[in-house]
Amino acid sequence: MSTAPAAVPIFDAARIRKDFPILERQVHGQPLVYLDNAATAQKPKAVLDCIARVYTEDYANVHRGVHTLSQRATELFEGAREKVQRHLNARHSHEIVFTRGTTEAINLIAQSYGRPRFKAGDEILISAMEHHSNIVPWQMLCEQTGAVLKVVPIDRTGTLVLDQFEALLSNRTRLLAVTHMSNALGTINPVEKLIKQAHRHGVPVLVDGAQAIPHMAVDVQALDCDFYAFSGHKLYGPAGIGILYGKEELLNKMPPYQGGGDMIRRVTFEKTEYNALPYKFEAGTPSIVDAIALGVAIDYVNAIGIEAIAEHEHRLLAYATEQALQIPGLALIGQAAEKGAILSFTLNRIHPHDIGTILDHLGIAIRAGHHCAMPVMDFFGVPATARASFGFYNTFNEVDALIAGIRKVIEVFG
Amino acid sequence: MLDQIRDLYQEVVFDHNRNPRNFRVMEDANRTIEGFNPLCGDRITLYVKIDDAGVIRDVSFQGSGCAISTASASLMTEIVRDMHESEAHALFETFHRIATGKDDAVNLEELGKLAVLAGVRAYPARVKCATLAWHSLEAAIENKESTISTE
Repeated sequence: MSTAPAAVPIFDAARIRKDFPILERQVHGQPLVYLDNAATAQKPKAVLDCIARVYTEDYANVHRGVHTLSQRATELFEGAREKVQRHLNARHSHEIVFTRGTTEAINLIAQSYGRPRFKAGDEILISAMEHHSNIVPWQMLCEQTGAVLKVVPIDRTGTLVLDQFEALLSNRTRLLAVTHMSNALGTINPVEKLIKQAHRHGVPVLVDGAQAIPHMAVDVQALDCDFYAFSGHKLYGPAGIGILYGKEELLNKMPPYQGGGDMIRRVTFEKTEYNALPYKFEAGTPSIVDAIALGVAIDYVNAIGIEAIAEHEHRLLAYATEQALQIPGLALIGQAAEKGAILSFTLNRIHPHDIGTILDHLGIAIRAGHHCAMPVMDFFGVPATARASFGFYNTFNEVDALIAGIRKVIEVFG
Repeated sequence: MLDQIRDLYQEVVFDHNRNPRNFRVMEDANRTIEGFNPLCGDRITLYVKIDDAGVIRDVSFQGSGCAISTASASLMTEIVRDMHESEAHALFETFHRIATGKDDAVNLEELGKLAVLAGVRAYPARVKCATLAWHSLEAAIENKESTISTE
């Protein structure tokens, strides 16, 4: 058995961990080993402080008041939008729509882009590794419009079958909605290639970036995706805020998703004139402080550097994979060549829930269950998996703790 | 720290998990229920034979689940056999009350053999594992719909 590689000089996880107060706490008398980052990431002090500071010093409603605090809050809120724009390299800040999260962003596209356009017999293409949030909104849309859901299959390693993707693209295909990175398997999809091919058929593409965004640089212009969605809480920002990026020309053609304040220009009882982008899609008072704090989270991530993060996490995953494969009875679910920092596994005759409970007693937080991807579980013929998912603050020592924990589970179960 | 966990995973639980009792299809069951826990994907098919007097003559199950849900189902099939359905219902009420931690003082004697599962009260996320088979039995007794869910 090899030992943990020496600390990578350019990446100082120990120092980074000091920015995350929660990582100092104990669980069941053990130091917390937080390996549930694919579910949600912990927050650095800069984000926590920002939330308290804005509510303490700069809080008022946005886009409404002439008073000082409203203007201040509006500046910060719109400043956050610009940070997101730069982070995604979007052409315009009005292509960035604040939502509650990835789920709402996908539902927005389904209802605002799809519903007025799609007709009976039209096809929506997704992949077999999607999260429920990139399946169910399309099923609802299919019920509403008579459109048909088509699914690009995956192989036993959890890799998208590209031949099948090509075969499924047709002149009936109206949208491709595909994950950038699978939450259950860790697979990173070749989205740039998928988008190129889809565009050759005139098919617009929505990329679900919920899992990818904390792990890799995303350039929406280079990808040429039509829509990109992600959640703040997986990017070390607050929960309750998310992003929909959409190409201006497409967003302009779409009707509002919800009606209310802020999304209008002029309202009479006869007719309402809608506001311009992006406000057309932001009815009601937004999650102001969460949006601002997401901007701070993005600054924090960029200060570390997304490339350095990707490299560190890649090493963690490689080490964890190598160690895990030496455990008798352990099977990895998801062994694609291109993988993000997710280790999904099962143990012979020990249910993931039991693994999760025992690891929790050792202070190790993992996810056990179907990961909101029941079709993936069905494909691999398992009811559930245990999933350890890594963030940039995780260390090689924590991988060792996980591996020792799994061995302990096996010992307890005899 | 693993001592605490023995409250949940007692030897009896491991035993029933490894060798579940009455783990079989019952061809002549007069009630068959599919139980499902959508949170974790656990599934159980419960087969029950209840006679005209309301006495549970036989119970068996199939399915896949964690150690807690398998052991709970296995124990249940042993415990409720030859019970009147009203007794089984009362026992479940007691177990459910204890498992969901609504009692300040726990009287494990009320539970008899089921007491080995009382440790689940310290694990709110696992209570549904321990009660899936019982919810299915409740549905079978009430002759309700053939698929039940813990949600």
